[in-house]
Amino acid sequence: MRGSTIMWFARDINRIRRVFAGAGIALLTVMFGVHLAYAGKWLPLNKDGLHDRRSPGLELLQSPEAALGSLPTDTAGNKVDWSRAMDERLIKPRAALAGDKTVQVLDLNIIMSDTAGHPNVLFPHKVHTQWLDCANCHESLFKSKTGATPVSMGSILRGEHCGVCHGAVAFPLTECRRCHTLPHDS
Amino acid sequence: MQATIHITKLRLLPVAMLLLVGSAAVRAEFGDIVLNNVSEQQGMRPVIFQHWFHRIRFQCRVCHNELKFEMRVGATQVTMDQISQGRFCGACHNGEIAWTVENCDLCHTGKPGLTTKIQGGHETKGPGIW
Repeated sequence: MRGSTIMWFARDINRIRRVFAGAGIALLTVMFGVHLAYAGKWLPLNKDGLHDRRSPGLELLQSPEAALGSLPTDTAGNKVDWSRAMDERLIKPRAALAGDKTVQVLDLNIIMSDTAGHPNVLFPHKVHTQWLDCANCHESLFKSKTGATPVSMGSILRGEHCGVCHGAVAFPLTECRRCHTLPHDS
Repeated sequence: MQATIHITKLRLLPVAMLLLVGSAAVRAEFGDIVLNNVSEQQGMRPVIFQHWFHRIRFQCRVCHNELKFEMRVGATQVTMDQISQGRFCGACHNGEIAWTVENCDLCHTGKPGLTTKIQGGHETKGPGIW
């Protein structure tokens, strides 16, 4: 009696497993399809989860694909290489509301070497000052004196220091090696 | 043996679930911002501010230095009165550079109930992390 119950249970559990495995594979296929359909593309505004589809102004707004589709591609963030887009003058963002403001570009690299075994960080002022004024970072986020501001990945992940922009509007914190570029012995 | 194979397949399920969550959740564009400090209290949809649209046309310094927008979502209290007086969004949205404040529905496009925060993914799908 007991033996046959175990046999029945064993047979049944196998059947359940088969059903679950079948359903799992079907689900996986569907999910993968959905993922492929959206991966690497910009969603239209009415599918981004933020815009209200009933909003009457929605159809008048530019779609991300129309604006970003022709710019140099990247793998993270907006999937646009913004610096290259500006360097190649594919976009010409104004430096001031009115008039021709002369932008103060500083070509000065800072090396941060207290990186706990990770490659050193090379911070290029140049690409940052092409977009930002000195006052955006100095003296509030960073002291001008090199090394005077205690920056850590902890503070960055909390959205301080580099994390004010990186992970929010500039390339995200998953891109470790875009900052940690210099081997320690270089 | 058969059961082992099935169990191996079942192990893929959590991965698949993650993929689905990633696909079905909010997929706002990187850097999209919801502004809802006062909108819904005043009976309007939240504002969706899109960095990608604006940075094509203006460098960061214009809004975050010249116009005095803090680099922290919601830290700058923006009201329609200030905008009408030409401050913050109103520096451009005045009918000369961009559309005027009468076009409420072009900025107030967000789903009801969204909270003020920065949206968009922190994820990457590229080789940068490999």
